[in-house]
Amino acid sequence: MFKILKKEKLSANIYRMVVEAPRVAAHAMPGQFLIVRTDAEGERIPLTICDDDKEKGTVTIVFQPVGGETARMALLKEGDSFADVVGPLGNPSELVHVPVEELRKMKLLFIAGGVGTAPVYHQLKWLHAQGVDADCIQGARSRDILILEKEMQEVTGHLYFATDDGSYGIHGNVCVALQQLYDEGKRYDHCVVIGPMIMMKFACQLTKKLGIPTTASMNTLMVDGTGMCGACRLLVGGEVKFACVDGPEFDGWKIDFDQAMQRARMYKTEEGRLYLEEKEGETHHGGCGLCQ
Amino acid sequence: MDGMKKVPVREQDPKVRAHNFDEVCLGYNREEAMAEAERCLQCKNPLCQQGCPVSINIPGFIRKLREDDVPGAYEVISESSTLPAVCGRVCPQETQCEGRCVRGIRGEAVSIGKLERYVADTAAEMGIHPQPAKTRNGKKVAVIGAGPSGLACASDLARLGYDVTIFDALHKAGGVLSYGIPEFRLPKERVVDREIDNVRALGVRIETDVIIGKSVTIDELMDREGYDAVFIGSGAGLPKFMHIPGEQAMGVFSANEYLTRSNLMHAYREDARTPIYHAKKAVVVGGGNVAMDAARTALRLGADVTIVYRRSEAELPARKEEVHHAKEEGIRFELLTNPEEILTDENGWVSGVRCIRMELGEPDASGRRRPVPIEGSEFMIDCDAVIMALGTSPNPLISSTTDGLATTTKGGLVVNEENGETTRPGVFAGGDAVTGAATVILAMGAGRKAARGIDEYLRSRD
Repeated sequence: MFKILKKEKLSANIYRMVVEAPRVAAHAMPGQFLIVRTDAEGERIPLTICDDDKEKGTVTIVFQPVGGETARMALLKEGDSFADVVGPLGNPSELVHVPVEELRKMKLLFIAGGVGTAPVYHQLKWLHAQGVDADCIQGARSRDILILEKEMQEVTGHLYFATDDGSYGIHGNVCVALQQLYDEGKRYDHCVVIGPMIMMKFACQLTKKLGIPTTASMNTLMVDGTGMCGACRLLVGGEVKFACVDGPEFDGWKIDFDQAMQRARMYKTEEGRLYLEEKEGETHHGGCGLCQ
Repeated sequence: MDGMKKVPVREQDPKVRAHNFDEVCLGYNREEAMAEAERCLQCKNPLCQQGCPVSINIPGFIRKLREDDVPGAYEVISESSTLPAVCGRVCPQETQCEGRCVRGIRGEAVSIGKLERYVADTAAEMGIHPQPAKTRNGKKVAVIGAGPSGLACASDLARLGYDVTIFDALHKAGGVLSYGIPEFRLPKERVVDREIDNVRALGVRIETDVIIGKSVTIDELMDREGYDAVFIGSGAGLPKFMHIPGEQAMGVFSANEYLTRSNLMHAYREDARTPIYHAKKAVVVGGGNVAMDAARTALRLGADVTIVYRRSEAELPARKEEVHHAKEEGIRFELLTNPEEILTDENGWVSGVRCIRMELGEPDASGRRRPVPIEGSEFMIDCDAVIMALGTSPNPLISSTTDGLATTTKGGLVVNEENGETTRPGVFAGGDAVTGAATVILAMGAGRKAARGIDEYLRSRD
């Protein structure tokens, strides 16, 4: 079980894997996530679902190694297996509950940042299958790390690119791109933004200014992912919510992003030390003050 | 030997064990167990047995033990309990079997828990396992949750010849025995894994990584996967918080998170890959077993620990032994004290807790005297971590994805007290999913009751 059927590199440091997980695939809906563990001592890593094939019983994940555990995941080869894949977790996107006739009338915009493009693809693909072609702004630092361009083209109405270095599409971040579209007269009824928290924060500020109701998908800290540990809690409209059971998607205008970003950093030094220790041995003892 | 006193049990020295995760209590050896067994009066009307939620024939197993017949003693216990090595360690014996022991009227009760543990551990060392049913009846039962209630229910049904599969949401079976109770109180490999292997030895299958309500629904289990009945033992999941200012700060954890990282993910070990925060000064809020477990875990990870509890020592819901052990290890208790606000430093990390002293007023709905704040008694406790151990409420995942399951206002599943049947035919439930957070043994008792209910239900349909 949980065999890796396909592994490919989407860019210098982003991987895509197709994994056998029939129970997850059977119920996976856009907006949901899963948790993987590489081996018996592995950390539980939450990842949004990029695609599913209910007939073949597979799910697709996309990830970027950022720490010890995801680096270890990247070492797995085709034919290897994950120790665990559990899901689908969290709630499906609220769009799946909207009647199709209504969806077809809506002007939808997605904003995807970096690896966040993967879960956006899952939603766009589902919408496309319902005959709804939403627009999307896909952002990245630079063209060489833009992922899934071809797949995204197939399921999107208008796909706009925004790169920080101007190497492709609009020169600037997704907010610059959104403002530009708005200034050109583009109007949307609803926006879904998925990407790094800092990007989502500024995107939500802008959509609020422009009056486009916005949903954001929160990738918080998590341990069990079933509502048990409370590590994923965040403030939405002043109320405590658990990303794993109440989310992961919330009203982007109401999320306290500053606090969420702060909480996401909680284990940074602990995790970072573990990673460095593994990589370099006993070189990192603290005391430099930089990470304090 | 003074017959009024129990044979003392050997324990790790508090100063030593405060720095390791090895088991605190070392248990009886053969001589000690035999001597303690002699103290049993073999009452004709054994009150101890009435005090046991699973009605173990206590005088019966002690009699076998006196005859130096450990396999015989194990057999007697196995008639009523699936997890004796666990229960001997974590049951609140002082309010159950030992609380009713006639010996206890004039002296100390017989150490029934320690004897149970001795029998279970010795039987395991002798390689004794429970035997699977000789005949199978071909009926399939799904058990949701591999915690105490699910394991107990599955074992009883397997003994009756049912084809049982347990589904668990986590990657490891055991429920609270694996994620909640720490190694120093309940060793995982040596005790929990072995007991779970015994459940497997009865023919029970365990499928991990399956979240009922998400990966598969109860309707699909019954309609598509051919299960004739379902038992829900999904436990209490959602941690409670106080809703006081500062609770979202970095350095504030639920006890569930803290303990899951340490126990399930092994974060207490140096080679672990899941991080845990090593606090310098920790405040643990709550007075139950989970609070003691969290406090003693933080202590072992190097923290100076204070437990804050709003009532007095007499009302502490934790087992007496845990409170005693915690004190021995150097944990401070601020009783009749309640947190009002969590303060943070300039980086948003916890820097202290502002508390207020309490006094006990009139009894509340639970019969316990209600704590009332004493005006003007606020004071500060400096700390860099706060662990909230305030209890949990039942996980709504299953009730919200299954039609026909009624829940109480507190979120627990509504069941028939007699047989554990829910408001939906063929679906039974027990343990914390019904009652909210309670004990391992009460959950096991509910699992066993539901097993009888399921058996009757399925026979009646023949």
